[in-house]
Amino acid sequence: MKLSEKQIEILEILENNSARIPVEDIAKMAELSIEETNEALEKLEELKVLVRYTSVIDWAKVDGHEGVTAMIDVKVAPKRGVGFGEVAQRIYRFKEVRSVYLMSGAYDLSVIVEGRSMNEVARFVSEKLSTLDSVLSTTTHFILKKYKHDGTIFEQNEDDKRIVVSP
Amino acid sequence: MNRTKTYLSKTVEELKPSGIRRFFDLAAGMEGVISLGVGEPDFVTPWSVREAAILSLEQGYTSYTANAGLMELREEIASYMQKSFGVSYSAQKEITVTVGASQALDIALRAILDPGDEVIVVEPSFVSYVPLVALAGGVPVQVQTLKEFGFKIQPEQLEKAITERTKAIMLCSPNNPTGTMLSKSELENIAQIAEKYDLLVLSDEIYAELAYEGEYTSFAAISGMRKRTILISGFSKGFAMTGWRLGFVCAPEAISQAMLKIHQYAMMCAPTMAQFAALEALKTGRTDVEEMKKSYRRRRNYFVQSLNELGLTCHVPGGAFYAFPSIESTGLSSEEFAEKLLLAEKVAVVPGNIFGESGEGHVRCSYATSMEQLQEAIKRIGRFLERRQKA
Repeated sequence: MKLSEKQIEILEILENNSARIPVEDIAKMAELSIEETNEALEKLEELKVLVRYTSVIDWAKVDGHEGVTAMIDVKVAPKRGVGFGEVAQRIYRFKEVRSVYLMSGAYDLSVIVEGRSMNEVARFVSEKLSTLDSVLSTTTHFILKKYKHDGTIFEQNEDDKRIVVSP
Repeated sequence: MNRTKTYLSKTVEELKPSGIRRFFDLAAGMEGVISLGVGEPDFVTPWSVREAAILSLEQGYTSYTANAGLMELREEIASYMQKSFGVSYSAQKEITVTVGASQALDIALRAILDPGDEVIVVEPSFVSYVPLVALAGGVPVQVQTLKEFGFKIQPEQLEKAITERTKAIMLCSPNNPTGTMLSKSELENIAQIAEKYDLLVLSDEIYAELAYEGEYTSFAAISGMRKRTILISGFSKGFAMTGWRLGFVCAPEAISQAMLKIHQYAMMCAPTMAQFAALEALKTGRTDVEEMKKSYRRRRNYFVQSLNELGLTCHVPGGAFYAFPSIESTGLSSEEFAEKLLLAEKVAVVPGNIFGESGEGHVRCSYATSMEQLQEAIKRIGRFLERRQKA
């Protein structure tokens, strides 16, 4: 899919700024009118290039919402005709599953699962994931601490270290 | 007459203290200030560059380098200047690594000026030019650019200021504080005058990496101008390395060697770890520079349009990271405006008159700060203007 320079500009602005940035501000930054910007946004949404406007939340800070995240290496037996797609679909349909990637290397699918407790995730792996027909083995890694997530550093000291006025 | 002896040099006594100082003191004591008064990037130096400096320390590179700087760094600078700006300088004989572009300015002026020689300083300008000319024994001759011409110097203005004592013209494009960038043909007009009156041009190209409109042209790249140009640049702005204090100066051999003489006696060499950092910046920093430039450009677009909508008319700056809006509609002087805005809404801007008389009626706003801060600053400035209108 070939996008115009301005469409790419808008995507980069969205990627590098808060999802709450007003359309008027995007328009100014991209040197477009508000109508043109709205039009481009609609087009990008329609093309599913702009999939969703998200927020990065550090749930670990919120009492009672800490939760656990596990990254599970899954080896599967691909099926003739449908390859890995079918089993990936069976996995990503579970609402506990946040991401599924097809990997090169020692295993086939990388599955990221979120649950309220270690038990909950363990139950999901033993009861739902490993019992799937094509799943040969699973290796579960629990995440202990998130330092940086999707390009955002959680515990960064963001103070501006510059002096307030300089020539 | 019974005068107390001060021991100070007359030249230094006559220097005006920088007007920026007062604003610094005023703003530094306040909490919650949004500062648009900063003349440096909001990015921290890219990690790969910081890491290279750390590594150089770990490996024990803590001694002097050659006076002119690490040979490897000068070679990288030579190839960078060739690739990025199409100007070629010998790493051995024509490039000196300095302590920031500021020191480069200082040794350039000292290398070329005899007492009483005049240097034309195009105004509004960076606050150091005029004092540095005076400290080098020269006479600064300020030529004021006009808002009507987008703060671009007009050849006739230059010509009028030239006397028998004129030795050089000092240029800065993209400019601090106006952000104005001169096009190739505009530089060619200046070149004609330099040729006609046999002048040198000190071209401060520290903002060359941050040029947003059209292609950037180095003054040394103008036909016939290499031999007349002292090209001053550095890593502070484009590579976000202000605190490292690392710049460089390129000039024809005879001038370069004269500058090197001053440099070796007065400075010895630029800091070694900063030189290693700069080396890394040139080798791998390109993508970082491009990313930062894109980000500045978007913020410029947002900020300049927002200022214009508020009625603070502002030309679109071609480079650097400054907007230089007119505040004449408020009926305030630039110092009054800056002070009232700071006290009322805690937004720090720099009064234009600090950069020379022609900056009066304007304030310098740096948009090298986060989008959230810029959005908030626009809100506050809007509120400030509205309240003044009602009053």
